[in-house]
Amino acid sequence: MDPNYAPYVSVLACSIFVLGLGAVILILNYMLGPRRPTREKGIPYESGDEPHSKPRQRFSVKFYMTAILFLVFDLEVVFIYPWASKYSDWLKDDAFAGIAFGGMMVFVAVLTLGLVYEWKRGAMEWE
Amino acid sequence: MSPPETLVDKLDSPWLGVVLGVAAVLGMLTVNVLFLVWLERKVSAWIQRRMGPTEVGPFGLFQTLADMLKLLSKQLITPRHVDKPLYHLAPLVVFVPVVAAASLFPFSAGLVLQDLDIGLVLVFAFGGLAFVGIFMAGWGSNNKYALLGAMRSVAQNISYEIPLILASLSVVLMSGTMNLAKITALQSERGYWFIVLQPVAAVIYFIAALAETNRAPFDIPEAESELVAGFHTEYSGMRFALFFFAEYSNVFIVSMVATVLFLGGWSGPLLPGPVWFFLKVYALVGLTMWVRWTFPRLRFDQLMSFCWVVLTPLAILNLLITAFVARLV
Amino acid sequence: MGFEQILFWLLALGVIVTSALVVLPPGGKNPLYGALLLIVSFFFMSGLYVLLFAHTMAVLQILVYAGAIMVLFTFVIMLLNLSKKELGDETRTIAKGVGVVAVVALAVKTALVIETQTLNIPAKPLPAGFGGVDAIADTLFHNYLVPFELTGVLLLVAVIGAVVLAKRTL
Repeated sequence: MDPNYAPYVSVLACSIFVLGLGAVILILNYMLGPRRPTREKGIPYESGDEPHSKPRQRFSVKFYMTAILFLVFDLEVVFIYPWASKYSDWLKDDAFAGIAFGGMMVFVAVLTLGLVYEWKRGAMEWE
Repeated sequence: MSPPETLVDKLDSPWLGVVLGVAAVLGMLTVNVLFLVWLERKVSAWIQRRMGPTEVGPFGLFQTLADMLKLLSKQLITPRHVDKPLYHLAPLVVFVPVVAAASLFPFSAGLVLQDLDIGLVLVFAFGGLAFVGIFMAGWGSNNKYALLGAMRSVAQNISYEIPLILASLSVVLMSGTMNLAKITALQSERGYWFIVLQPVAAVIYFIAALAETNRAPFDIPEAESELVAGFHTEYSGMRFALFFFAEYSNVFIVSMVATVLFLGGWSGPLLPGPVWFFLKVYALVGLTMWVRWTFPRLRFDQLMSFCWVVLTPLAILNLLITAFVARLV
Repeated sequence: MGFEQILFWLLALGVIVTSALVVLPPGGKNPLYGALLLIVSFFFMSGLYVLLFAHTMAVLQILVYAGAIMVLFTFVIMLLNLSKKELGDETRTIAKGVGVVAVVALAVKTALVIETQTLNIPAKPLPAGFGGVDAIADTLFHNYLVPFELTGVLLLVAVIGAVVLAKRTL
């Protein structure tokens, strides 16, 4: 196997193995455990009351705002990963050290502007 | 440069190596999770002046094992109107990435199952997969508590993931690699741990890790008084056990990441590597338990704004200051 | 057929099947199933990246898509939570027509490409460290510094746009 992807095939094999094991555990439980369903057991749990409305209702737009913010910062982090692991090498080259530092500085500053904007507009306040 | 020798390389057949390695990691994780649950109950009992489990085995040590066997023989209740594929797959989707992530850690010099250059990124990527499983459980359960618990859980986890990763990257900035074994080896070589140079990052990481693992004071997704059991309200038997296993494994994994990044992993004098590694991990686990049983729970709005207004800007600042200082030196 | 080829065909088949299921039932009927199937499809895709030795891209793909994009999709689905009534089916016929045209166009284009292109690209040795984080960092900062900074601006615009759109309903 090519050493370029061998470790990842190993990670995949590992995941499949664990998936199979988890399935075996569940099947074992299914065979060992009793099966006596009643109407009461099948009711969604609401502290003993009969459920009176459907659970899948609309959710607050705040969740969406959080997701957008996460997405943007996750992408920022994706760009920082390679930069962080290469930065100490770049510092050895005096001509490039400034670009390596300033480039990321500008990038992060721009994104932090977005965070400040969202904060100022009160989009992060959960009531 | 030849790649460092891993456990898999030492065996003749790579497939056998993978299976044996995974089995070893899984066994390690299972023993530790069983012990962790027992420890949590003992620590909480000690803090609250109770006895905790005493019956099964010496000091009730085998209580969790007995509980697990009990769960294995319990009825798997499937409520009506669940979204069948999502409901049934969710426990596995949460369980698998956790074990896969645990297989990436170096427990001692050369004692690593999968030695990857971007091991740290992969650990976080596997952590992110749990969101999908949590959401599937919440949506699939057809239960108000479960869905609300899942939504809160995911919102909280994604928010705290950002400062968590940013704090870790401050260490990467100093080590110049994301290979977990190399980060450890570097600290061993230089003779100091990165927590000395990155105390702020370590604190940010620890706080964010508490939130990532949904532990008090950040345990709102499963606040019993409001949401019953959160996203796994409708799960019984081993389905519940898989969620529970994943939850405690997560505590263990974030402690392992912190050990590698900030506490020098397996490096230490006299004692062998794995002993040092697990000593450090358990010191951190003990700290999280102490925090859990000492502090009151935050409100959800406090928790979210604390992450975005305080923790994330602080982590960014710490990263940039690290880069700036590294340039000066 | 070598191990690598078997792996490639399995992954490629996975990508095609799961992507098709995103728009066909069950994905087409239930947006949440669509989003989840999309994640599975991205998984197979990242497997293809690994086979191309671009392992960093593969992991980042999982990190961004399975983590961030997926969460965004599900939260939007929860935010709207449209019932079948609200979704309606009045544009169904037009959408289907456009879809058929697109598929036919793609098929014709593919056929033309296969016709004209002789796929005998000479194998070149890979540069050292290909696919690693450091190689990506060097390319990003040496060759594509300006596009990289502009990406930051693009993300800023995305945040502002989201706030402006959501503020109306806040």
